[in-house]
Amino acid sequence: MEKPDLPPLTSPFVLTRRRLLQAGAASGLGLVIGFHLPGATRSPAKKGDKAAAFAPNAFLRIAPDNTVTIIAKHFEMGQGTYTGLATILAEELDADWSQMRAESAPADATRYNNLLFGQAQGTGGSTAMANSWDQHREAGATARAMLVAAAANDWEVEAGEIAVRKGVVSHAGTNRRATFGELASKAAALPAPKEVKLKDPKDFQLVGKRVPRLDSASKTDGSAVFTMDFSLPGMLTAVIARPPRFGGKVKSFDASAALRVRGVAEVVQVPSGVAVLARDFWAARKGREALKIEWDESGAEKRGTEELFAEYRKLAERPGTIARRDGDAAAAIGGAAKIFEAVYEFPYLAHAPMEPLDCVVKLGAGECDLWSGCQFPTIDHAVAAKTLGLPQEKVRIHTLFAGGSFGRRATPTGDVTGEAASIAKAIRGRHPVKLVWTREDDIRGGQYRPLYVHKLRAGLDSSGRIVGWEQRIVGQSIAQGSPFEAMMVKDGVDGTSVEGASNLPYAIPNLTVDLHTPKVGVPILWWRSVGSTHTGFSTETFLDELAHAARRDPLQMRRDLLKNHPRHLGVLNLAAEKAGWGKPLPKGRARGIAVHESFNSFVAQVAEVSLGGNGFPKVERVVCAVDCGVAINPDVIRAQMEGGIGYGLGAALFSEITLVEGRVQQSNFDDYRGLRIEEMPAVEVHIVPSEEKPSGVGEPGVPLIGPAVANALFHLTGKRVRRLPFSRMTA
Amino acid sequence: MATRAKASRKLTLSVNGVSRAVEVEADTPLLWALRDDLKLTGTKYGCGVAQCGACTVHLDGQPVRSCVTPVSAVGGRRVTTIEGISGKVAEAVQSAWRRLDVVQCGYCQSGQMMTAIALLAEIPKPTDADIDAAMTGNICRCATYVRIRAAIHDASKTFGA
Repeated sequence: MEKPDLPPLTSPFVLTRRRLLQAGAASGLGLVIGFHLPGATRSPAKKGDKAAAFAPNAFLRIAPDNTVTIIAKHFEMGQGTYTGLATILAEELDADWSQMRAESAPADATRYNNLLFGQAQGTGGSTAMANSWDQHREAGATARAMLVAAAANDWEVEAGEIAVRKGVVSHAGTNRRATFGELASKAAALPAPKEVKLKDPKDFQLVGKRVPRLDSASKTDGSAVFTMDFSLPGMLTAVIARPPRFGGKVKSFDASAALRVRGVAEVVQVPSGVAVLARDFWAARKGREALKIEWDESGAEKRGTEELFAEYRKLAERPGTIARRDGDAAAAIGGAAKIFEAVYEFPYLAHAPMEPLDCVVKLGAGECDLWSGCQFPTIDHAVAAKTLGLPQEKVRIHTLFAGGSFGRRATPTGDVTGEAASIAKAIRGRHPVKLVWTREDDIRGGQYRPLYVHKLRAGLDSSGRIVGWEQRIVGQSIAQGSPFEAMMVKDGVDGTSVEGASNLPYAIPNLTVDLHTPKVGVPILWWRSVGSTHTGFSTETFLDELAHAARRDPLQMRRDLLKNHPRHLGVLNLAAEKAGWGKPLPKGRARGIAVHESFNSFVAQVAEVSLGGNGFPKVERVVCAVDCGVAINPDVIRAQMEGGIGYGLGAALFSEITLVEGRVQQSNFDDYRGLRIEEMPAVEVHIVPSEEKPSGVGEPGVPLIGPAVANALFHLTGKRVRRLPFSRMTA
Repeated sequence: MATRAKASRKLTLSVNGVSRAVEVEADTPLLWALRDDLKLTGTKYGCGVAQCGACTVHLDGQPVRSCVTPVSAVGGRRVTTIEGISGKVAEAVQSAWRRLDVVQCGYCQSGQMMTAIALLAEIPKPTDADIDAAMTGNICRCATYVRIRAAIHDASKTFGA
């Protein structure tokens, strides 16, 4: 896949607190704020809307039928973003929740860029709420002020005497009232105010309360439209035969048998393989099976994962590029009373969202429409335009619900979009095309969480204090070679490889983190919680090991090392208290604890674990505490912690992609195992009350469940888990 | 490359109480006849090999994986999809799913609900073990399992009342 032409982008996944504050400042802090919403270009009109619809800025539209539609610049993949954005807007607007609707924004980075991604539109790094808190509060408050002004003009009363409550504008003195819909056309004729006053948080009606998800109804009656469900008249379904090894290419192919399959319409070569187009999915799949393809594998990756682990383990013995150095860890460890060392191994992981990857493209004369669950519309836009040789303004992106992503739909290459556009181009737009990846294509298609080896060393002094800590990480770089490289790779260190390790919060006087970045031909990608998927495990289990060696309580040891980190301490103490840390458990059960910050959200988890008949851990209960700043939608936060725990637990217990001679061994959910319902623990989520700016919750629930369970398992078995998944232990 | 249009075969299915003609190959799974021919897209493709349950529909009230059920094997049996669910059990399940905001991405939830409806029709007061046994074949990658379990218990309390 060719790289898209893009301006350098801000790191979407490595956010510093400083950058968040800068972004906050850029969008206005304080109660009275300047008006600099992208208001000059108003939100897109909907077909069938009367001219009277009121679109005061790019983020909402109020229709005469009294509906308030948010124009969501962040896509909905299940993380509750539509509900979150609508809550923020409705709060400042004083709308009634029942009148709120959501639709996705078009691809337009001038209006809909993620403030934390620079000039790019996209969702990721658990940034949607962090980005939108100030911006959408302003947007809602602006619209409210204009509705009030319209009523004041109409009723010839002072704006200051007008009240707005649950979508009704009223004036007590004259006993006048009007709905938003009734005022929409009048408000639309008014200028936007220069500045608006935001609510005092004590007056919040929706933020911090439970509101029903906006997408629950359509997702429980079959009417929600995912890309897989979208169709156009005359549309063909395409599947692509891709090389059996990464980096392979088509040498030659014979389509004659495929074309004899009933329903198959066309067979075309595209950069990633050979595409079969048919009247329906089943025919396309059968056609693909009938293809005869000779592959050129001269440039393909032919190593297997066992060879990679062996190479990585060797690399882990040599110093790498420094990511952090405090004091002199080697000397401190050399002089320590006791020295500990551990090597951790993490497999490649597929995201495997429930909706297999897909994209619909309709290529017309000099223009194109594209429908997909676009996580990075700016990239999809650029890739589609470049592939088709069209100017970007002739490519319209329609973002639909995504049936999960976990990072998979956020490729810097726009891989699936590029494939779909290539097919449309190859058939010269004769038919609209829906590209479908089968589940096997998804599991074998690369873009994995990289395989990593970590080597940790630490020294304890005679009183059990950690005097030195060294962590070496070996693994491919996600950002290298992508449009994000300039922002994300600093001094040879990809921040996504070391995050969670290089910012270890514990008070250890001598600490080194270094990195090796080998090149491997297996395509890799960020996977829900990115670097913390592996650094959270190695740091939190190794620290636990040191606590036991020092005969210290793992909770107390963490508390002592986190004295200068109040938000870490806050979640740690809350989780420990709610879990009854230190209190007796039924026989055969043990607790493990872990704490970690990712994406500026702080999470602690206590897992209660027993042993199944086969000696495999059974997770009975998880107590989770989270501090994500202002809790906009507490129930969505709980849902994301529950889901993050389930996603992380399935991966830790069961999931791995292995390669033998460059070929992926897994192909579907039978051999790429995630969590099933009987393996899901009871989960309790406790939210730390906070007035800090909101941060994300989509990812931070994931990293800790693995280490919390491993730490509990140590109590039951005396064994430490050093290679994931846990199922390796019984293999 | 040449474009060729080819005819397929006609079959009649009873779907959501209506007799529907589909024009597909006999070995086409029911899933694709529903989705591609009848545009009943609430039933989802997740794995194609009866591993994930996203494609679950009812045949004469019994849950089946439509991705491995050839359309020719359906015969005259009544097919019910998420779009056609009705009755007090189905209504209780749907309203519990909404009351508890079970969904996240939502892609697997049609299948989850179809399996849950069949479970409750057979066992109106299921234990956790009953729920595990019935629902183990339905994968949710968002891991909404805590709420699926709670919603089934919740629905079980309401529909008998």
